[in-house]
Amino acid sequence: MSRTHKAYVRPLDLRQGRIDMTHGSGGRATAQLIEELFVRRLGNAYLGQGNDAAVLPMPPGRLVMSTDAHVVSPLFFPGGDIGCLAVHGTINDLAVVGATPLYLAASFVLEEGFPLSDLARIVESMAAAASAAGVPVVTGDTKVVEKGSGDGVYITTTGVGVVTEGDEWSGDRARPADRIIVSGSIGEHGMAIMAQRENLGFAAAIASDTAALHGLIAAMRASGAAIRVLRDPTRGGVATTLNEIACQSGVGMMLQESALPVRPEVAAACEFLGLDPLYVANEGKVVAIVAPEDAERLLAAMRAHPLGRQAAVIGSVHQDAHSFVQMTTAFGGRRIVDWLTGEQLPRIC
Amino acid sequence: MRFIDEFRDGELASGLAAAIRRVVRRDREYRFMEFCGGHTHTISRYGLSDLLPHQVRMIHGPGCPVCVLPIGRIDMAIRLVRDAGVMLCSYGDPMRVPASGGLSLLKAKAGPGRASGSDIRMIYSAADALLVARQNPQRQVVLLAIGFETTTPPTALVIKQAQALGLGNFSVLCCHVLTPPAIASILDSPEVRQGGSVGIDGLVGPAHVSTIIGTQPYEFVAEQYRKPVVVAGFEPLDVMQAILMLIEQVNAGRALVENQFSRAVTREGNRKAQNLMAEVFELRRSFAWRGLGDLPFSALRIRREFAEFDAERRFAIRYEAVADHPACECGAILRGVKRPSQCRLFASVCTPENPVGSCMVSSEGACAAHYSFGRFADLERVS
Repeated sequence: MSRTHKAYVRPLDLRQGRIDMTHGSGGRATAQLIEELFVRRLGNAYLGQGNDAAVLPMPPGRLVMSTDAHVVSPLFFPGGDIGCLAVHGTINDLAVVGATPLYLAASFVLEEGFPLSDLARIVESMAAAASAAGVPVVTGDTKVVEKGSGDGVYITTTGVGVVTEGDEWSGDRARPADRIIVSGSIGEHGMAIMAQRENLGFAAAIASDTAALHGLIAAMRASGAAIRVLRDPTRGGVATTLNEIACQSGVGMMLQESALPVRPEVAAACEFLGLDPLYVANEGKVVAIVAPEDAERLLAAMRAHPLGRQAAVIGSVHQDAHSFVQMTTAFGGRRIVDWLTGEQLPRIC
Repeated sequence: MRFIDEFRDGELASGLAAAIRRVVRRDREYRFMEFCGGHTHTISRYGLSDLLPHQVRMIHGPGCPVCVLPIGRIDMAIRLVRDAGVMLCSYGDPMRVPASGGLSLLKAKAGPGRASGSDIRMIYSAADALLVARQNPQRQVVLLAIGFETTTPPTALVIKQAQALGLGNFSVLCCHVLTPPAIASILDSPEVRQGGSVGIDGLVGPAHVSTIIGTQPYEFVAEQYRKPVVVAGFEPLDVMQAILMLIEQVNAGRALVENQFSRAVTREGNRKAQNLMAEVFELRRSFAWRGLGDLPFSALRIRREFAEFDAERRFAIRYEAVADHPACECGAILRGVKRPSQCRLFASVCTPENPVGSCMVSSEGACAAHYSFGRFADLERVS
């Protein structure tokens, strides 16, 4: 029986039940959903306060804040689901500017008719990810939209973190001769999603790399290496991330295609769909720009962490007023690695 | 990846590059057209130009199905969605091709009217379109079928399957075109004919198209036009080897059709696929190609026996010609008369984000390939 709403004698039917419009009305059904489904799983002292906003202790330093909407389809995919993805995505956005992530807020837009069992699964996954990362979800909101107006569930997470003044990283600090490091094999999240979406049976073995990176990043900072820029290459992949950094810093880059870590199944799925792994999304990788003399030290620190075992130097920074990212192909030629145009659409023949 | 990495081997490539340098005569230029967009993409993506001596110039041909699709054909597809309320299935590439009125399939998809029935879906194969039709029996589903001989047999197959299933809600907007007439049109164009402004010393023949039609249909190029043809696979080593074979033919004064892609292509091609095409399609009297103009007997339409699956007949729509942007040089670029960087719109008004001409749309298009993979070379030339 519900604690705050004794009028609700019957508990939520987590097996057969579905979201209906009353769950978004703000009335008892909403309260029951929040309490029995969300608070019970995400539970922590701050969320348990039951107020409109969480009041939180704040360590010294500068406040860092980030927000990210998650609209992935399918909601469940090999290696993860929208729940853990929503936690990892925002934690990573905080971590790559150098912050220690502290708290998360989560907003759910639920579609009428969405199975409560799926919602429970998603929230459980979120809770597990938040708990593993040590970053609690301290406040949240749910809204319900009519059937056909959403795609099951959308989750927006907002994160707050803290960074010591002067310790933050920014995309405009890459300098000529710096080295470019990626923390592991690329393109796994995007291809896991594509393989599900397009029913590519042969690519079923590809799992998303979704992971919270703040542990790896803390180890990278602890190495003492002069890290100039850190970024998580999500949408648009490593290519897009490097183009952003090149533009922000006003430098050019030269990648070595043969140094790019790509798992064979990802390469095969990309080949099949006419995609380029450089442009495919990652959710558990970080790209670092580091001073040349510190590259080896940073690489060693990354490889010592479970999320950085496959870390590799993939290129270097040079002077270029046009901010081109180029690549020496494994074939020995040279080409531009340009911004992603539109969606990465497969070629037909 | 087995059977793929072998064809992308950097060491073998430098060996081939050395062989090419050895056979190239210093006193002449070699101008080869790679007909196929797939080859254009390979050349750009692997940076092959960097491996070739400066005497060898590759001219990017019109073999990109999206690039030769005239505006009026995309307009027809959009009219089907907007006026006839059909569900349109399209491959990814045509989605961004600019149509009239600032539209494209992608913009029509996002624009007003979607809720009232406009529905455009991206598919990966013709079979997907058939599936969409079966899953939506209450809707008319039209496949926007584009492409050269490679994608034509699958279209023929789904039309036959639809007939066998008695599907009343499936039809095809057929825009399939043929390779040999396009090659002939380029070799006949005043710029290319003897004494014209563009010389072509040989052709890299299509890869996938040739698996269907074989090498025989190119023999007229060697016999009538005295140009060597080497049919080549799409992997970078294939292209390098084909270029070497072309140079050797030119040096020896030979003009033959040679087959570098013998692991997949025969002289006769795929008879089964050819029969399937012949059963379902017939030649159009004329078809408007973007950049090449109206070419007689250069495209296919659906035979009368399958008329009910012909969207042009079912919805009684006609092709209306629409003029290209006056400054767009796609036509000249497709014929090899101009390079992308010689177009005033290139990289200023016309970019992959905002394509004016179709060559900027597909990654196989000469302009998009040059923009995305090679435009640093233009800047280096200037600076």
